[in-house]
Formats: sequence, C-alpha cells, structure tokens
Amino acid sequence: MEIFLAIAIGGLFGVMLERIGATDPNWIGRMLNLTNIHLMKTILVAIGTASILMFGGQMLGLVEVGHMSVKAINVGVLLGGAILGIGWAIAGYCPGTGVCAAATGRLDAWFFVAGGLLGAGAYALTYPFWKQIGFLNGEKWTLGAIPGADYPAALPNLPFSGDVLGIGIGIAFIIVAIILPRRLAGQKAPAGEGVAEPAE
Amino acid sequence: MVLNWKIGGPLLGVVFFLAVLLVKPIGVSTQFVVLDGILWNTQVPGTVAQGADGAWTSSNAYLAKYADDIADPVNYSFIFVAAMMGGALLSSIVFGRIPLRERFNPDLWRANFSLGWIGRWIIAFIGGALVLFGARLAGGCTSGHMMSGMMQTAVSGYIFAFGAFLTAFPTARILLKKEA
Repeated sequence: MEIFLAIAIGGLFGVMLERIGATDPNWIGRMLNLTNIHLMKTILVAIGTASILMFGGQMLGLVEVGHMSVKAINVGVLLGGAILGIGWAIAGYCPGTGVCAAATGRLDAWFFVAGGLLGAGAYALTYPFWKQIGFLNGEKWTLGAIPGADYPAALPNLPFSGDVLGIGIGIAFIIVAIILPRRLAGQKAPAGEGVAEPAE
Repeated sequence: MVLNWKIGGPLLGVVFFLAVLLVKPIGVSTQFVVLDGILWNTQVPGTVAQGADGAWTSSNAYLAKYADDIADPVNYSFIFVAAMMGGALLSSIVFGRIPLRERFNPDLWRANFSLGWIGRWIIAFIGGALVLFGARLAGGCTSGHMMSGMMQTAVSGYIFAFGAFLTAFPTARILLKKEA
C-alpha cells in the first residue's frame, strides 16, 4: 500500500513540478534574479493552500496530527540553507527539481544530480565534525501550539491554537502571492514571457 | 507554457496536502544519501552491513542513520523520488517540447556565460554539490524544509528559507544579469 502511495503521490508531484516550470532552470533563475517571480507566486499559493487544508483538516479531525513531521532548528539549518542558496542560484536546480529535470532529458541536470551525490557524500564523511561542534543540536519548534502534537511552541501564549495560526498564515501567503508584482527588479516587462501572461 | 500560478499553486498545494494526509510530508534530499550508500556499498562491500543484533548499520556514522533504507531501497521515500522522475518525464512528453539546445545549456545560462555547454555542465555539477551538501547540513531541502516545513508552521522552515534566499538572491543578481 505504501509503495502504491509513493508511486501515486510522487508521480503527481513530478507532473506538477514540470507543469509549473520548476524543472526549467530559466524559471528558477528569473525568480532568483527577481526579473520574473511567477514561480514564487506559485510556491506561495501552494504552501498557503496546503497549510489551510492540513490545519483545517486537523481541526475537523479528518487529518491525523501524527502525520506531521517538524524538523529541528539549529545552526546547520541556517548555514546549510545559505550554502544551498548559492548552489541553487548557480545551477538553477534544487534536489527535487533537479532529478525531475534530469528525467525530462535535460542533460545539464544529470550533472547537477552527479554533483549532488558528491555533495551528499562529502557531508556523510564530515558529519561527525558538524555533530561534534553542536551545529545539529536543537528542538523541533512550531510557531503556535498545535493540539495533539508535542512540538514546543515559539509563541505559546497566543489566544488561539496553532491550527488557527496555521490557517491564518496560509491565507497570508496567498494574499502576498496576489499582491507581489511579477517583476521586482528593473522597470521592464517580466522576463521570459513572449506573451503577457502564462496560459490560464 | 507553464501553468499560471493561480492554477498551478492550488494544484501543487493539494499534492503537498495529500502527502501529509495519506503518509507524511514530502522530502527529497535524503534519497541522495540513500543512493550514495547503495553506490558506496557496491565499491566497498560491507559499508552497510547487519550488526550482531541483526539490525542494519554502517561504519559511516551518517550512512548508519539510513542503513535500513540503503539495504532495502524499495521503501516509500526512495520509490517516491523515482515516481517523481516518472511523472515529470510523462508530463514533459505530453505537454512540453524542450528544444535540444535548451537540453544542453538553458537559455538564461547561455546568455550570461560564454562557456558553452561543457561549461554549463561543470557549473551544474558544482551547483549540485553545494545544494546537496547544504541540504544535508540543514536536514532538508526546498521541498522538505521550505515547503513542507512552512506549511506546518515549523520554525526551521522559516530559518531555512531565510538562509537560502539570503544567498540565492544576491548570487543570481550578480551571475544572471542578462535576461533571457
């Protein structure tokens, strides 16, 4: 059953990454150099939608709270994120979009994947060092206190539950996506669009 | 043509929701470690082996954390990534036409670097090494930390997104000046 779900959900995820342009490094590059943030709008709406559905479902008792999986906060998250950001801008791929782009026949993406295997291997070899200097120590915080979960809350004294906060933030993400202009740098039309608007 | 964000956004969100509803939040970068472990084991047999108690472990402390998955890659997370590749391939066959020059060297990189396609492949390789090293140090990537994390109001997701954009925006502004 789990394997069937892996094929079904993984397959859908791959289709969606390809359809929103995330497997096309040009769209990643235009987002990161701020000349066309169409992809960022898509991602903001996706996070908002998923958040509203998940927390709404948890409040109604339709979604198992135990399926949540929150990661720890530590120095490694910030430093690792910053290292990833440099590579992301250089290559135009992140791990998920890179493997999908490789599958669509983008030859440069296969080299991204090969480099990724080297980078992950280098981390496996240096892991004891990062652990020893304490970069991996930390707790799994959520913003609000989520009923049914044991995660410590960053904001424990809110007048509403972490579920409600999650729905509110989800709505905020979608509003930000609607408000943000397509182009944040320069005065020209958004980059990379022969026609004004991608097909609805 | 890519899907407009007003349609693509909600649909992608539904996929992230379905993953949590049915199994667990989406994540990808761990599977690079699993594949590394499998390849490592073919070169140095016994890197991942069963201990005295029968449990899978490894001489490498990091691979030991994923020893079970390396020993038996037919598990949810590994098949998930394989299925992603299948989905993207299918989608590109049905909807997309990627020109041959684009497959060798994407337009935006051709406009900004005069290194040819071999140069682009080297850039992609270096980028990949940085991305996966960073993702493993952070404990997740754009999928696991940024999207799955922020949708769960995980503070780590916000810290990761801050760190990633802190370097990604300036790097892209400097390296990708010409538009395409």
